[in-house]
Amino acid sequence: MHDFFTQTWTWWFSGLTISAIMFFLIYFGQRFGFSSNLRTICAVSGAGKKVPFFNFNWKTQIWNIVFLLGAVIGGFIANQFLSNDVPVQISTLTIQDLAKLNISAPTALQPAELFSWDAVFSIKGFSILAFGGFLVGFGSRYAGGCTSGHAISGLSDLQWPSFIAVIGFFIGGLVMTHFIFPLIF
Amino acid sequence: MMKLLKFLLLGIVFGIIMTKSETISWFRIQEMFRFQAFHMYGIIGTAVITGVLGVVLIKRFKLRDFQGNPIVFFPKEKSFIRYILGGIIFGLGWALSGACPGPMVVNIGYGFFAMIIVFLFAIFGTFFYGIIKDKLPH
Repeated sequence: MHDFFTQTWTWWFSGLTISAIMFFLIYFGQRFGFSSNLRTICAVSGAGKKVPFFNFNWKTQIWNIVFLLGAVIGGFIANQFLSNDVPVQISTLTIQDLAKLNISAPTALQPAELFSWDAVFSIKGFSILAFGGFLVGFGSRYAGGCTSGHAISGLSDLQWPSFIAVIGFFIGGLVMTHFIFPLIF
Repeated sequence: MMKLLKFLLLGIVFGIIMTKSETISWFRIQEMFRFQAFHMYGIIGTAVITGVLGVVLIKRFKLRDFQGNPIVFFPKEKSFIRYILGGIIFGLGWALSGACPGPMVVNIGYGFFAMIIVFLFAIFGTFFYGIIKDKLPH
């Protein structure tokens, strides 16, 4: 039983539990959409005084900020108590492709080339993290949602806008991976 | 406070799922965008298929939430350009940082503190959208 939780969760179990999270949120009168928190954080920080987009009653969104704090704690718990210290078992094809970009095979969950302190304190490494985050924050609000709001919640309700957004996610991801990565790594 | 506790617990479970499914891993996102494994597609596919079935059941049987209110799904605003452009911009950032907003904060909890930079700039990105949104095609 313990092994079941410490090894990588299989795809169907992961998918089922994500779907369960969405239905629990619906049952509790809310909707699964994580990137709304980015807008709420701007509003809580007082951005609403200058920018109308952030002038809304953010107090109705406190539940989502609490959910966010829970997610941070969940990451901590998973690392401390449910980790088996086995590197991510990705496809050997991916390992070979990444080797061509000078990114070494997994020794943990994340590549040191991007997330180590050495990377953070280099101009290139910092720029990658900053630019990546900026695009996600900008794009998710422009598209009106992220993976949770569109790919999970929206597609579950068979919403056409979410289908378009998910197509967009993949166009962007494929362009970055196949055309821009060879230029920057 | 007790009202919020259930959201904290759901968040904790969500963080554990994201970690143990390895959805928070940059490597897994790369594997997905290179079509070299079924893992991420299996996760998203299972969530969506069971999600569609659940939503159909909720609508069919007019289920209510925990307070007895009808569960309603609001259709998203009709448009093409904002979803495709916003989606593409999001996708570029998703592949680069290997994280969408949820996994960013789960990574921080896990101990990958470099994700704090990604998360802060995601907030800046949303802020910048708020500033220029009226100049963008929607």
